[in-house]
Amino acid sequence: MVLLQPQGRVSGPPTLGALGRAYLPNAFDVLAFCLIAGAAAMIAHGGHEMNRPLSALNATMSLDLAQLPGYAVLTTLRMFAALGASLIFTFVVATLAAKSRKAELVIVPMLDILQSVPVLGFLTFTITFFMDLFPARELGLECASIFAIFTAQAWNMTFSMYQSLRTLPPDLEEASQMFGLSAWRRFWRLDLPFAMPGLIWNMMMSMSGAWFFVVASEAITVRGQTVALPGIGSWLSLAIQRQNFQAVAWAVAAMIVVILLYDQLLFRPIVAWADKFRFELIASETQPTSWLYDALRRTRLFRRLRDAGEKLIRRLQALERPRAPRAPSFKLDPAVDRTLDKVWLSLVVAAAAFGAWQVFLYIQAHLHWSDVITAVGLGFLTLARVLVLIVLASLVWTPIGVWIGLRPALAERVQALAQILAAFPANVLFPFAVMAIVAFHLDPNIWLSPLMVLGTQWYILFNVIAGASALPGDLREAAKVYKVRSWAWWRDVALPGIFPYYVTGALTASGGSWNASIVAEVASWGKTQVQAAGLGAYIANATAAGDFPRVVTGVAVMSIFVIALNRTLWRPLYALAERRFRLN
Amino acid sequence: MLAEALSDQPLVDIRHVKHFYRKGGAADLLVLDDVNLQLRDNEIVGLLGRSGSGKSTLLRSIAGLLKPREGEILFQGQPIDGPAEGLSMVFQSFALFPWLTVQQNVELGLEAKRVPPEERRQRALAAIDLIGLDGFENAYPKELSGGMRQRVGLARALVVRPALLLMDEPFSALDVLTAETLRTDLLDLWCEGRMPIRSILMVTHNIEEAVLMCDRVLVFSSNPGRIAAEIRIDLPQPRNRQSPAFRALVEELYSLMTARALGAPAREGLFPGMGIGMVLPEVSTNSLAGLLETLQEAPHNGSAALNALSDDVGLDADELFPIADTLQLFRLVELEGNRIRLTTAGRRYAVSDVDARKQLFSQHLLSFVPLASHIRRVLDERPNHQAPARRFRDELEDYMSEDYADQTLKAVTNWGRYGEAFAYDEASDLFSLENPT
Repeated sequence: MVLLQPQGRVSGPPTLGALGRAYLPNAFDVLAFCLIAGAAAMIAHGGHEMNRPLSALNATMSLDLAQLPGYAVLTTLRMFAALGASLIFTFVVATLAAKSRKAELVIVPMLDILQSVPVLGFLTFTITFFMDLFPARELGLECASIFAIFTAQAWNMTFSMYQSLRTLPPDLEEASQMFGLSAWRRFWRLDLPFAMPGLIWNMMMSMSGAWFFVVASEAITVRGQTVALPGIGSWLSLAIQRQNFQAVAWAVAAMIVVILLYDQLLFRPIVAWADKFRFELIASETQPTSWLYDALRRTRLFRRLRDAGEKLIRRLQALERPRAPRAPSFKLDPAVDRTLDKVWLSLVVAAAAFGAWQVFLYIQAHLHWSDVITAVGLGFLTLARVLVLIVLASLVWTPIGVWIGLRPALAERVQALAQILAAFPANVLFPFAVMAIVAFHLDPNIWLSPLMVLGTQWYILFNVIAGASALPGDLREAAKVYKVRSWAWWRDVALPGIFPYYVTGALTASGGSWNASIVAEVASWGKTQVQAAGLGAYIANATAAGDFPRVVTGVAVMSIFVIALNRTLWRPLYALAERRFRLN
Repeated sequence: MLAEALSDQPLVDIRHVKHFYRKGGAADLLVLDDVNLQLRDNEIVGLLGRSGSGKSTLLRSIAGLLKPREGEILFQGQPIDGPAEGLSMVFQSFALFPWLTVQQNVELGLEAKRVPPEERRQRALAAIDLIGLDGFENAYPKELSGGMRQRVGLARALVVRPALLLMDEPFSALDVLTAETLRTDLLDLWCEGRMPIRSILMVTHNIEEAVLMCDRVLVFSSNPGRIAAEIRIDLPQPRNRQSPAFRALVEELYSLMTARALGAPAREGLFPGMGIGMVLPEVSTNSLAGLLETLQEAPHNGSAALNALSDDVGLDADELFPIADTLQLFRLVELEGNRIRLTTAGRRYAVSDVDARKQLFSQHLLSFVPLASHIRRVLDERPNHQAPARRFRDELEDYMSEDYADQTLKAVTNWGRYGEAFAYDEASDLFSLENPT
């Protein structure tokens, strides 16, 4: 599991002015009011749009520039709706997994798989399901789209929270017990705050990852008919279909603006605020900052909101059941408990066997076994691509990352840029690749491949930068004193120092690349389509054709590949990094 | 209140409590053996013992955080089943919530009891004031020094008005000066009756702290944890550390702490477990050598009182004991009561050069540390003179918990490496006889 920690930025502590004592609203109040009112208006607009009948849909989609801001709002709303759903899912499922051993037995491996599985392939099924749920309403499609985005966001958030809950400081747990906090109160006072920093960081990662799905999930072919939900994704696919280069560029610009806006207006302030939840008893030198958060903190409105928020949390906490007279706590004999575990485990195994049998029957009924073999063969092609690209990206970005990381002032600026680049959905750039491949008569098998790491290589870069910045000064000085230079310097100082960070980055990049292969191995520009042979193209084609059995086969095979790669390569490397190269 | 105080019912009544450390399948390890103890009103009682003597386990059982397998614990006449009303605890690590301010931390227990907000605020402010924290209400724990943090811990424990205050080595994470200030402040509040509590039970491994604060000290023996002795301390407060009576009590407690548990086999009684199942402390060979040298030199000349030695080398009792015990296991010193004396081998070690020291150390390691001789024997028997460390770790886990097994094997590995009795390679997790050349 990848747990990236937020990169702190160097700066002084935020100053608290003596502002806001007056009763008149100050300038920051006005600013805050405009932001909130604007957000409310946009949400109202979006809600109205979503409830229209389906027939009104296709007619409205146009490449009129005046429509683009509206589309951007709708897309963003979808992403945040999905994020909200992911949060609720996370709270329930992660808590369940952390508190109940029986649930944990099932949930953790499932999350591990869902995390590494290309959920993009399942889009076809979920759309049909939601369309039937709300027949002839746009709402069905909306739900399908939001659900697709949700599947891109939820798993790593849940995993992060689960891991936090498993590593709660034992003394705080004892203190909660001692002072009689109920499970509900404890969630708000201990579990959630402790999990907060990791959770927020993973929410940001999820938002970045979700752009991929937005582009793929808004314009959908279902039952032979293409329906497009108003949004940036649909705009983009329409632009590609009509070969409108300018419109693609506008979509790219709109995305960048949206990403910058929610980064600055939402995530930065949240990260700055959540700094107080970092579990450390020593104030750190570096604190994340946000101009908006600093500004907001000076408003009276914000303080009102904060007090209201604190009140809400207290209200929520008070929602616990009335304290029952202390009932004798019912604890099972450990032996009985273990037996129950075994019973539960065998039930799970039985269910899993039944599921596998169903898949077997399904594939057997619809496909020939040679199809599976084809899929596996293609899987190896994609595997080769992923590995080669990760190696290439590492060769390029490791030296650059180290060079930048050793220069703190530069590192700070590049870090911010790399994070935005990672959020940027690389699939909007695919048309350019198609044009280039067609124009120069290149081999798509080779030249489509770089698209897979286009969006994911940044993880390697910013992890290496973080690793190099964290190299202890005394180690670097010792290397200088003993004149460790050139290759010896890399071998003995830099590479071991950044290794744990590099593994995290490469692992994330590799996982993302598999997912990206589904969109990267088939790319089109108008009527021109170029394809590379690979498992991603196999799934993409099967999805386009509505060929469910092949989609299932492709996704299953890809899942097995991803999991096998994680277990045989990344996990051992991770363990090695933990054991040998952790600098404390 | 008066009726309660006059009644004969003890505040806490511990009867025949036994605690086991559960290991999957194999025989369970006895942690606490038949502990009986009564706590009355108006006393500060100290639980003194080495690490691993089960004193923390007992404290947590009274707190309701652990449930003993046998015996019962009554608090104000009621059997304890989960954290009881009227009990609160101060933690060694403070256990403050870093995201809550001082005031919010203090209010935590009141919130759980659903005290109305205004009363909660009043009571928290009063507790903060009492404990000398006013002005820090809105600070976060990370802005405070260790001593101030533990004051928050105290205020948080007192604000719920417990009858009994449990303290788990409350001052051991603080520096000497800060700890002393906190002790004195706490004693002042106690003697002036300004705290709403009826008794204090504290776990400590600091002998002087116990004599300074407690009315009664219970000395725990380890292997398994038992109450080995009970010492009443009637010196009037404030106590003077330099007074002869104080020194005498300290010396007496030192002797009691080095005494073997009754009936335990000679020499092996110091560490829990027997034979290869002995739980060994991770003591560095530098500390061992250092203590031997100090003992050899003037003014000790081969023999010293433990409390004097402790002052001389600047180590607390809990830091000194593992070193002394290990040396005794190696037969390099002899412990008797409060005295530690170099053996002939110990004297020889202290005056030898590096190679001779290593040789002597290795001989004694292989003769007197059963696990070391076991490892060496396995390596000797195998044709390739290699054995996976995993194998020994598994073997140890039959006798002790995973953490102890890890610690014990690490200790023996380091001693073996120093004495060049065997080598260990971390990457392959293998013991071998080849030392790298």
